[in-house]
Amino acid sequence: MSRILVAMSGGVDSSVAAALLRDQGHDITGVTLKLWGGESDSGCCSVSDVEDARRVAAQLDVPHYVFNFSEEFDDQIVDPYVQAYADGRTPNPCIECNRSMKWGRLLDRARAMGFDALATGHHARLTHNPSSGTTELRRGEDPAKDQSYVLAVLGQDELAMTVLPVGEMTKADVRAHAARLGLRTATKAESMDVCFITRGGRTAFLDARVPPAPGDIVDADGSVVGSHDGVRAFTVGQRRGLAVATGARRYVVDVDAASATVTLGDKRDLLRDSVTFTRPTFTDTPIVDGAIVNVQVRSHGDAHRATWREERLEWETPQPRVAPGQTVAFYGTGAGDDDRVLGSAIAT
Amino acid sequence: MTTTAYLDHAASTPMRPEAVAAMLPFLTDHPGNPSGSHGAARTAKTALEEAREAVAGVLGAAPDEVYFTGGGTEADNLAIKGGARAARRVEPALGGVVTTAFEHKGVLAAAHRLESEGFRVAEAGITAEGLVDLDDLAAQLDATTALVSVMTVNNEVGSIQPLDAIAALVRDHAPHARLHTDAVQAVPWVDVAEVTNGFDLVAISGHKFGGPKGVGVLVARGDVKIDAEIEGGGQERGLRAGTVNVAGVVALAAALSITHERRAEEMARIVTLRNRLRDGLLATIPATFVNGAPEHTTAGHLHLGFRGVESEALLVMLDQRGLNAAAGSSCSSGATEISHVLAAMGMSRADATASIRLSLGYASTDADVELALAEIPRAVEQLRAAVAA
Repeated sequence: MSRILVAMSGGVDSSVAAALLRDQGHDITGVTLKLWGGESDSGCCSVSDVEDARRVAAQLDVPHYVFNFSEEFDDQIVDPYVQAYADGRTPNPCIECNRSMKWGRLLDRARAMGFDALATGHHARLTHNPSSGTTELRRGEDPAKDQSYVLAVLGQDELAMTVLPVGEMTKADVRAHAARLGLRTATKAESMDVCFITRGGRTAFLDARVPPAPGDIVDADGSVVGSHDGVRAFTVGQRRGLAVATGARRYVVDVDAASATVTLGDKRDLLRDSVTFTRPTFTDTPIVDGAIVNVQVRSHGDAHRATWREERLEWETPQPRVAPGQTVAFYGTGAGDDDRVLGSAIAT
Repeated sequence: MTTTAYLDHAASTPMRPEAVAAMLPFLTDHPGNPSGSHGAARTAKTALEEAREAVAGVLGAAPDEVYFTGGGTEADNLAIKGGARAARRVEPALGGVVTTAFEHKGVLAAAHRLESEGFRVAEAGITAEGLVDLDDLAAQLDATTALVSVMTVNNEVGSIQPLDAIAALVRDHAPHARLHTDAVQAVPWVDVAEVTNGFDLVAISGHKFGGPKGVGVLVARGDVKIDAEIEGGGQERGLRAGTVNVAGVVALAAALSITHERRAEEMARIVTLRNRLRDGLLATIPATFVNGAPEHTTAGHLHLGFRGVESEALLVMLDQRGLNAAAGSSCSSGATEISHVLAAMGMSRADATASIRLSLGYASTDADVELALAEIPRAVEQLRAAVAA
């Protein structure tokens, strides 16, 4: 039996995670993070979600607490998120929250309080490698719900203290188990969006914090084809909502915040032979220069093969440009290894 | 968990058995609505008015100056909004409301609500000892001040305010002002009748002294006028409509009477326990500091901090070891928020987040103190070791 702190968001996955661990005989404590003091009425920070987590914990007869990390969340997640869009980058706030809040501040606190492990309801699997003695992070059982991408930033220090009880289950299994136990979250809808973005939408949220600068929309040849009221509404690779009539199907191929210029092009203009990156992290040992890896550039998307270089990935076949600021996750290649996460980095 | 210690009397005090006994017949045998005219109604009405007389006696008021409400926050809202509005209705020049920076949210929110009606609202500062800064208070007062609200005892640090000096200051600088005090935290520790003698409006809450939750009292002395907040069937002489919570009121009166009768003996016992707890913790845990000036603190409050420790983590560890304590105040989600009281006292953020409140009361025992003296040093040491690692 271990003492395990379960991060309970108020959703069905972490509810079932807590239930499974309790039924395995562990000593469970539930905690919900209050991350956002703003007006968000959805996502993982609202009073009703805290209440759902609290009620599930009570139903499971495990203690439950709320930790207020809202100030750190403001400083370390929200402010950089706003700044990234102002700079023309496309951030992954959920990944940064996993790194600095859940597996940062919360895991530190769990250790200090004497817990043996931190559990969450993420759909990913952890396996023990007996030869290296390390903990391996792998894709979840349910391909449609796999969340290994948002955990790729974790290293051995974090993974060795982590438990992911629902990673071996499909989402349908999770809901069925919750229903069997009569948990109030069994049929609860999934949170889809960034938790602190309110019904007003992302653009309104950003504009309330950084005044947008209007600018030109130009075509690949430099001719002005339209105007915009701020670069924060554009992401490299975006096709919808461009509001320009150019005949052919157009994509955003570049966002330059300094000149407030959004550049369009066709699908070919978007293709790149490589992607540069910064801040590489590794789940275990560093990836060696020249290694072939599978690369995933969004939370649900196909992985593509590339050669790993210091600060650069060379695609085996050209791929659409990755929006700067996005996380790229590295996976292994070959049977038995293509579901294993090797690390992550931030596209530049 | 077999052994537990309840050290959160300031949040809510266990009901006194006498109060439970007093209210039970009105939950079982006596169904009457005191506004009715038949026998069952008369029984309820008699109990209600006897309770009112008992409360009036303890609080130094006439029975017709006692208004029952749905709790302390409601009494504060009624006094502040109703008092300020009525004052300005009679004398339009009265447009100022003065309170202090470390009031309970029930006072601060009510006062600031009045800003939307054109009132000017000022908050006097607080000293590091946890007392209202009298010079700053005086500077906020003038002839247009409609209402002044200063708490009797601060709920977090337990500091007892110099109400006599404050009343004199207000009479000198703001002669037209109604004087209100939130005495919710005060009943077990001071003679409310005596210390609030110079105040027009006094609010208390049943569950802070062994009565039930959801019932409170507003005393409105003499000819002070207040406008009703809740309107309807004219109960409580038109000031608080709605059928009176007879069972709750009867229990509140019983708890209040017993608390008043036993105050001296209970305080002597509690202060001994509290001092043993304080001195023991200070002796065994390095880098520990006490918040608020001891000579102005109630017998039951102990607000203290452990440098380098996060109270949020400490409180969870203590809870898991059977010790119920608190820090700051709680928001609706249950998360701990940085205390506006400690901020008003000028405390650093680090010291504020390292602080917890242990609050004792009539139900506290030697065993509670023993458990706290055993578990708090261990938990603090463990958390500090993790930070150092």
